[in-house]
Amino acid sequence: MHNGGKIILGLIVFIGLMAAPFIFGLGKGDVKPNPSIDTLAIKAMEKKQCVEAKAVMKTEHMKMLNDWRDSVVRDGKRLYVATDGKRYDMSLQNTCMKCHSNKAQFCDKCHIYVGARPYCWDCHIAPKEGA
Amino acid sequence: MKIERREFLKLAGLSAIFGLGGTAIAASVQQTPSYIPDPKELTGKRWALVINMDKFKSEADVKKVIEVCHTKHNVPTIPNPKQEVKWIFTEMMENVFPEQQDKYLTEHYKHMPFLTLCNHCANPPCVRVCPTQATFKRKSDGIVMMDMHRCIGCRFCMAGCPYGARSLNWIDPRPYLDPKKINPEFPTRMKGVVEKCTLCYELIAVGKIPACAEASNGAIVFGDLEDPKSAVRKVLAETYTIRRKPELGTRPSVYYVIGGMKDAGKGA
Repeated sequence: MHNGGKIILGLIVFIGLMAAPFIFGLGKGDVKPNPSIDTLAIKAMEKKQCVEAKAVMKTEHMKMLNDWRDSVVRDGKRLYVATDGKRYDMSLQNTCMKCHSNKAQFCDKCHIYVGARPYCWDCHIAPKEGA
Repeated sequence: MKIERREFLKLAGLSAIFGLGGTAIAASVQQTPSYIPDPKELTGKRWALVINMDKFKSEADVKKVIEVCHTKHNVPTIPNPKQEVKWIFTEMMENVFPEQQDKYLTEHYKHMPFLTLCNHCANPPCVRVCPTQATFKRKSDGIVMMDMHRCIGCRFCMAGCPYGARSLNWIDPRPYLDPKKINPEFPTRMKGVVEKCTLCYELIAVGKIPACAEASNGAIVFGDLEDPKSAVRKVLAETYTIRRKPELGTRPSVYYVIGGMKDAGKGA
């Protein structure tokens, strides 16, 4: 093999570089985001229950927010009748964020982890944290 | 076990019927979420305003109305007139009613700034030209709405509107809001979207009248144009009113009284 040594060395360096992120990340990779629901409003709740069940909120909140937006802005229907029959004002600023007033510890935790950049906050006003 | 073709089909059919029935029963137990309007919402077929310019005695009265609206909706105060954003604003009479210009006009009106805002036209040119339906006419009550989520900032609507009622956010508006006065219950806007008066749809939805009418001390009357008993129709029946550029066929829903109107209250 011509220049065998160089090729093999090159291959080792190449594989080393490509694998470096995995090697250095070993043991650190599974730090899962842990969004906090530690706010005064949630603490004061007797039954810690969001608009829908936790599992539904976890997987469907993005679709739900889109549906809420369309219903309020385009159809003028502002009230959400949840699965359990309770009614909520469909408003990100005035409903969601009244309980989840810790955007940095709640929304941002997962969004940064998965690299999602929703543009909600370009217009909607996030609650003042620490207030 | 050997199974005949006929037997197999019978079984398959039966199990399909039970299967479908089962899911239907499960669905009826779990209530599916639904959307409903707020029961407090004011209902009308076509909301309108009557602006009585006689009741605005000074510029301060006019400014107060603008201030209330702009604070409530987080409208920024941008000093550069080429970039300013306005929902309700003033123009001189010669610009609001260019066809009414006359050098013998009452002195008072020559110098009095006229309040002007989106006319919530029955035939709105801005809606016709919008390529994304970001601006649209609500079928229920005739409000010409803005869906900021859809606006792409093409400014066709600004070219379409004959009243100059729309503003583009040339720059990020947030630095131009007074941090002490920001209304945390209403969103701001972002760079690159067009905005305008939305006739306080968010107040109408909870049973309140638009902020300008509320703050005007009866100078602005709000009501349903299609309801013969409404405050607006009462004024229109008693007083001669004019609209801006009616010859364009946009059919504005904002009427002006210039000279003499009985007190009709704040209306609704």
